[in-house]
Amino acid sequence: MPKAHREQWSSRTGFLLAAIGSAVGLGNIWRFPYVTYENGGGAFILPYLIALLTAGIPLLILEYTIGHRFRASPPVALRRLSKPAEAIGWWQVAICFVVAIYYAVILAWALRYAVFSVTEEWGDDPDGFFSGAFLQSADGPGAITSYNAGVLIPLVLVWVAVLVMIALGVKRGIELANRIFMPMLLLLFGALVIRALFLDGATDGLDALFTPDWEALTDGSVWVAAYGQIFFSLSIGFGIMITYASYLRRKFDLTGSVMVVAFSNCSFELLAGMGVFAALGFMAVQSGLPIDEVVASGPGLAFVAFPQIISTLPFGGGLFGVLFFTSLLIAGITSLISIVQVLVSAVQDRAGMGRVPATLTVGGATALVSIALFPTDQGLFILDVVDRFINNYGIALAALVMLVVVAWVLRKLPEQRRHSDRISSIPLRGWWSVFLGFITPVILGWMMFDSLYAELTERYEGYPQWFLNAAGWGVAGGALAVGVVIALVLRNKDVGTVEDDLAREGAAAATGTAGAAAAEGKEEN
Amino acid sequence: MSTSSIVMMSSAMVLLWGGLLAAVLWLRAHPDNGDEGAEG
Repeated sequence: MPKAHREQWSSRTGFLLAAIGSAVGLGNIWRFPYVTYENGGGAFILPYLIALLTAGIPLLILEYTIGHRFRASPPVALRRLSKPAEAIGWWQVAICFVVAIYYAVILAWALRYAVFSVTEEWGDDPDGFFSGAFLQSADGPGAITSYNAGVLIPLVLVWVAVLVMIALGVKRGIELANRIFMPMLLLLFGALVIRALFLDGATDGLDALFTPDWEALTDGSVWVAAYGQIFFSLSIGFGIMITYASYLRRKFDLTGSVMVVAFSNCSFELLAGMGVFAALGFMAVQSGLPIDEVVASGPGLAFVAFPQIISTLPFGGGLFGVLFFTSLLIAGITSLISIVQVLVSAVQDRAGMGRVPATLTVGGATALVSIALFPTDQGLFILDVVDRFINNYGIALAALVMLVVVAWVLRKLPEQRRHSDRISSIPLRGWWSVFLGFITPVILGWMMFDSLYAELTERYEGYPQWFLNAAGWGVAGGALAVGVVIALVLRNKDVGTVEDDLAREGAAAATGTAGAAAAEGKEEN
Repeated sequence: MSTSSIVMMSSAMVLLWGGLLAAVLWLRAHPDNGDEGAEG
């Protein structure tokens, strides 16, 4: 049985901060600058904006409308759209489980590096320190032979913090955390960018980032990269926004809010690009190398390049490091909260569990798997492969399937559009259906084909095939299989309608067993 | 910095940060009923 009264955000601002906190994550800081640099520099802004307007914003609106209309986590919301679609919802939940287990360990690294920055623990060899003394990685993929307390302890701390915030509830936990963390992130990262912009060589870095290569726009892969960046950075495709929107009150400006969330995410990315490349420009000048030899992304940027920059700074290197790694930690933790919330919310909705028991069981189990796998000598390799495959054949594929099912198989876009138009300030009209029905599926399909072709022609990072099969294809395929199996097991267990939920809440409110505001959502579905 | 990179950086700032400002102003001009503090 679902709970008598569904939680709600306390205000629009609270929801917006949580949604922005979810969208702004590690990818904004360590992926966008590199993708921009590699794909036409300043000219990349054009396909990036087009991707935002034709795919990012329309997809976000779709997720908001599904979550808001059906007032439930992805499995229940999609089942209310159509019974077989519940499998897509559970697939998204399984993807969230996979992402959560490795995302947390990156935050544990950031937490540890924020402390390391003070004493510049990595000495004069940040690269060797990261994979050697810190992670104690094996030479290659194989069996787990050792655990690493240096990663284990911060990882446990990250999980405890995340689970406590989720257990406290939508308003007192998730919303409050974002109300504190998001302004703090802007403050800390803003200070870091300002410092970076005044470094020697900063303008060289900005020059490298923004000099436009207009010919790059004739290359299809640049456009795919733009859509990929928008897609992965907005947290689309794994049910987060469906979940967050399910906690909104019945009358809520969906499209106006999407615009704020989408542009906030992209604005932060631009800020990150400027800060990162200003710092890389400084590093290039100091090392006497051309900028293309110091450019990096992902963990290589955060845990190798940035420590080098910190060590080279004439003064205040420790503070610069604390600002950078704390920003990384905050950006990541607000995203991790939203990912784990999908799991908790799905179990609450489908098993009728309370928030605390659901957090302890499903969140605790996720934490245990994360703690068992990643603070080990194999952690780095598992993370690398799982991340690659779950992004390409989990998140992106689930989004493509959801889009095709909603737009083409069920033909439900007009219903969703009418729902949004009833309550939103920006009417959707025909453009939304065209973008979602044609442009976005084509681009997502193209992205899929592109990465599949790369996978089949070349072994990713030269890893052994057995390892790619187990940690890559196995995990991505396993998420899909889990989604289908759970949906099959639950196929005869009805979820009721939104009207049932609202009537029950109304009755509960009338008898004084639920909050008075439950009665507000009567007006429509 | 070259002129072209200054132009592109400024354009990106105007489009993205300007877009954010416009979106915030738009939303403020369209408040939901009983928005702030109205609890559910």
